[in-house]
Amino acid sequence: MTINELQDGIIEEFSMFDDWMDKYALLIDLGNSLESLEDAGKTPQNIIEGCQSRVWLHAEMKDGLVLYRGESDAVLVKGIVSLLIQVLTKHTPDEIINTELYFIDKIGLREHLSPTRSNGLVAMVKQMKMYALAFKAKNSNR
Amino acid sequence: MDKQELLTIRADFPILSEKIYNKDLIYFDNGATTQKPRAVVEKIEEGYYHLNANIHRGVHYLSQKATEAHEAARITVAEFLKAAKHEEIIFTRGTTEAINLVATSFGEAFCKAGDEVVISVMEHHSNIVPWQMLCERKGMTLRVIPMNEKGELDLDAFKTLLNERTKIVSIAHVSNVLGTINPVAEVIRIAHQNNVPVLVDGAQSVPHIPVNVVELDADFYVFSGHKIYGPTGIGALYGKEKWLNAMPPYQGGGEMIATVTFEKTTYNELPFKFEAGTPDYIGSTALAEALRYVQAIGMDKIAAHEHELLVYGTAQLMEIEGMRIIGTADHKSSVISFLVGAIHPYDIGMLLDKLGIAVRTGHHCAQPLIDSLGIPGTVRASFAFYNTKEEIDVFVTALKRVVTMLE
Repeated sequence: MTINELQDGIIEEFSMFDDWMDKYALLIDLGNSLESLEDAGKTPQNIIEGCQSRVWLHAEMKDGLVLYRGESDAVLVKGIVSLLIQVLTKHTPDEIINTELYFIDKIGLREHLSPTRSNGLVAMVKQMKMYALAFKAKNSNR
Repeated sequence: MDKQELLTIRADFPILSEKIYNKDLIYFDNGATTQKPRAVVEKIEEGYYHLNANIHRGVHYLSQKATEAHEAARITVAEFLKAAKHEEIIFTRGTTEAINLVATSFGEAFCKAGDEVVISVMEHHSNIVPWQMLCERKGMTLRVIPMNEKGELDLDAFKTLLNERTKIVSIAHVSNVLGTINPVAEVIRIAHQNNVPVLVDGAQSVPHIPVNVVELDADFYVFSGHKIYGPTGIGALYGKEKWLNAMPPYQGGGEMIATVTFEKTTYNELPFKFEAGTPDYIGSTALAEALRYVQAIGMDKIAAHEHELLVYGTAQLMEIEGMRIIGTADHKSSVISFLVGAIHPYDIGMLLDKLGIAVRTGHHCAQPLIDSLGIPGTVRASFAFYNTKEEIDVFVTALKRVVTMLE
């Protein structure tokens, strides 16, 4: 599936709920079911410090695709981390770099990505794209 | 405070009847900032519509009026803190600027390499960083008073920290995270026995308990207007005349001068020496209005009502399984910091928000304290006199729902 198809899928899933608490319950489920980054992956190098919560992000390149794994100490943030990974993982650096992440707005979670929340998510989105850029640069150098 | 009185008071605060996500707003983030009564907002409006002219400058009518209002506000602040002289009140942008002023000017006049500053483990960043900066500039050392597991200062340890190198003690009257009301009178007495002056950070105390700087014998006492129902961007520094006179100006500019030539400038006298530039005279008059507002209710009455909320809220919260209240000092202000089980504070705060309840989450600008407790942060409910037991009931019910979702 393309990144946009994945985004549309998430929008549809969230559109089934009107009530905020139901959307959050879904986010909590997503957070809880995200495969946790084992302690070895929670290195200082992978940490993205927010004021309110911390996010860890790990990325690697395999067969031309970027694979992401992530984690957070707050479950709601973890839920959003899970969504971001769902959408972006296993795509080529170019696909990732050129993506506009519109699903966050559409499902009403923009506030979690506002810089004032300082939960590490803004930095995470930036970091995900940075990894893609870095992998692309590395590849073209070969 | 009876029910009718509480309703009348709440009607003075229009924001309290706002709806958030279609739910009645419950505002329990008063430790961060307080809401403003109509009288304060009207004072700001009146100031800009009818009183606006630069102060201490003009000979014209409006300038005179504005100057009088600003100076009358200074007297109101002095009386509120029970200061001996109104010249001992310096208007600042708030607590942070007031502490920076003292750290800079007092530091310049009295501190040198090898000297020490004493603060406590429960300080807000505003009462840590300015001293750290002074220590870096001068090659000094910061010493930290520890606390016990209830969140009370260890006064015995404090005594051992004082020595001939100690130049100043700077300490919060009330902790913004733990709610602890520190025994500042005792701290000051001990410090003075060692000839060390004390700055008291009153940001969290002035809105909630009666303060008398002369009785306390505080050398400096600082607070922010916005935490006591006044506007943002205005606050005050009380300083004993003998210290303020001996300290160099903090900033240079207009107002703070007596005469200026390109060779030499002589400085104005107190309090103007420390108020460079056009001061926030609209803010100061509105702050004075806020002080009159709380005085009309009575600080003792406010303290009593808030204590009732603290006791009631604590009891209600303790019914929740896994509840852990951070800060259980014998003398507490109306602040309850807590954690539930292993749930992250951010998750609780976000879900409570969606239920219309405003609490603060995180490290509350007191990272060293939070780190020393080995926790990721707390959820903090902080009450003001306009809050009610009914609001606490709604909050506790919502919290139970949120905890069930997150467990």
